Amino acid sequence: MFQILNEDGKVVAKDDMPALSDEELKELMRRMVYTRILDQRSIALNRQGRLGFYAPTAGQEASQLGSHFALEKEDFILPGYRDVPQLIWHGLPLYQAFLFSKGHFHGNQMPEVNALPPQIIIGAQYVQAAGVGLGLKMRGKKAVAITYTGDGGTSQGDFYEGMNFAGAYAANNIFIVQNNGFAISVPRDKQTAAKTLAQKAIAAGIEGIQVDGMDVLAVYAATKYARERAIEGKGPMLIETITYRYGPHTMAGDDPTRYRSADLDTEWEKKDPLVRFRKFLEGKKLWSEEEENKVIEQAKEDIKEAIKKADQYPKQKVTDFISNMFETLPSNLVEQLEEYKAKESK
Amino acid sequence: MAQMTMIQAITDALRVELKNDENVLVFGEDVGQNGGVFRATEGLQKEFGEDRVFDTPLAESGIGGLAIGLALQGYRPVPEIQFFGFVYEVIDSISGQMARMRHRSGGTQNAPITVRSPFGGGVHTPELHADSLEGLMAQQPGLKVVIPSTPYDAKGLLISAIRDNDPVIYLEHMKLYRSFRGEVPEGEYTIELGKADVKREGKDVTIVTYGAMVHASLKAAEELEKTGVDVEVIDLRTVSPIDIDTILASVQKTNRVVVVQEAQRQAGIAANIAAEIQERAILDLEAPVLRVTAPDTVYPFSEAEEVWLPNYNDIIEKVNTVMNF
Repeated sequence: MFQILNEDGKVVAKDDMPALSDEELKELMRRMVYTRILDQRSIALNRQGRLGFYAPTAGQEASQLGSHFALEKEDFILPGYRDVPQLIWHGLPLYQAFLFSKGHFHGNQMPEVNALPPQIIIGAQYVQAAGVGLGLKMRGKKAVAITYTGDGGTSQGDFYEGMNFAGAYAANNIFIVQNNGFAISVPRDKQTAAKTLAQKAIAAGIEGIQVDGMDVLAVYAATKYARERAIEGKGPMLIETITYRYGPHTMAGDDPTRYRSADLDTEWEKKDPLVRFRKFLEGKKLWSEEEENKVIEQAKEDIKEAIKKADQYPKQKVTDFISNMFETLPSNLVEQLEEYKAKESK
Repeated sequence: MAQMTMIQAITDALRVELKNDENVLVFGEDVGQNGGVFRATEGLQKEFGEDRVFDTPLAESGIGGLAIGLALQGYRPVPEIQFFGFVYEVIDSISGQMARMRHRSGGTQNAPITVRSPFGGGVHTPELHADSLEGLMAQQPGLKVVIPSTPYDAKGLLISAIRDNDPVIYLEHMKLYRSFRGEVPEGEYTIELGKADVKREGKDVTIVTYGAMVHASLKAAEELEKTGVDVEVIDLRTVSPIDIDTILASVQKTNRVVVVQEAQRQAGIAANIAAEIQERAILDLEAPVLRVTAPDTVYPFSEAEEVWLPNYNDIIEKVNTVMNF
């Protein structure tokens, strides 16, 4: 397993250390802290009924944000349902992420952000990513399509087809598997007898690497490497990040105590990506409690503003949906548009 | 004007669009150097290059995903599914994904994809090649479903389908590929999607149909004429959305309707046509709307196609029932 920082925040692979400036290192930490707060607040807002669908992210900050930090604005993200943080750091306004959670189409109206809304069909993002990666290659763009799935998702046909297509076309792709050990209640060893998920790259004839997904520097370095290879025309790569979600699968009634022991949680809390990166930065005199509190306050403030904006956003109408179906409405929808216009004007 | 088979008209439409728009891409299993298992893409890779017309790995779901991804990069994909019985492998990409793209993105993204695929019976294909599954597609909001029955329609409808900025399922009946030639204009022309065509005018009874059943209906109409029954044959050409105006105009004239499809009775789109007519024109009807369909069994073993597929005799029988109601 590729690792740069151990649990104590010590550098264990000096030669692999990515070239990040002090300011970049601090920005990475800011994003991770911010996202941890976003997760805590999202869970609370969900419990208050002010958010809808929500898949917790705490524990996966290094995996999600370390990989995102290696991207450029022109790179295209095809996220899974748990990958909202990457969208936010790619430019999706927070209030729109909240509208996605609440179930409002405006949440999915990407503003000049190279990304799709979170994909609910596990694996679909992988086959679509192959198409985006091939498209970028054919357009001659120095950019990649990056996509994310979980450990359970590696059992899907689309997972294999996506990687295999991208491999056959040497497309500009990065495939990330965030292995948090569980697909809802099903442990990783019930998905496959394969010893690693990274080795599934072999079936597609592409390069694969298993990375410590709680180590933000390792995830960043692996993604950066994969990106450089891809834009040089060397084809796609599969990155497995070994990570953990501290919370439930989603907020829709999942209870992780039914399938996960307290000991396991404690073991992974020791590996917390924030703890070790904080130690690393403090050792370099780049981080202080004061700085961290500033980020926390900022996050809380932003979240308050965003949820207010989401709450105040105009309600959806059936006529909106009808208008968003086709460029030119077919006769059945022309008829139904008139029906609902009449209803809505009452 | 040239005399073309339907498959030649399809190739011609693809050529016109590959030339007309550099974003048009044709891909699928064996569509490149091989020119397609039915020669529908014959010569296109040679003329336009491997970047425009290319083979894919053997995986329908991957092909659907590839089309969606390429569409997101501004291309106009025209993927092929080798036989429509294989659509089950790619239902998520079609119904779960591309059909929903514009809606789920709140109108900010679209999928200008035309999925071409052969289907249809009467040529003794092996299992799951000939099944009529247009009913599945017609039930999915966000898709248009086009089924031509003549070389002329095939070309004009395919050009329109490719130019449409939303996904279109374009189904090609295998029995019609080479069974006859028809006049096809050179160069480009379009036929509006969602518009039916009256293939034969008549005043006594309306047959609403599509695909190979258009020709069976025309043959039945000829026979019926000898017995003094004047049949109007409407070729839907697009089975979703349906051209209700053309159907209603005909019903108001004839007051009797038979809907004819090759698909099983519980499948296809005939039930939808019958429902629309009874909701909108029940007072114009002298008799119930009857359906000619295949039986509700799995598509037959190839030797049994003749006894299973609906034919012109079945149509004559149903028309007479409606006439004598």
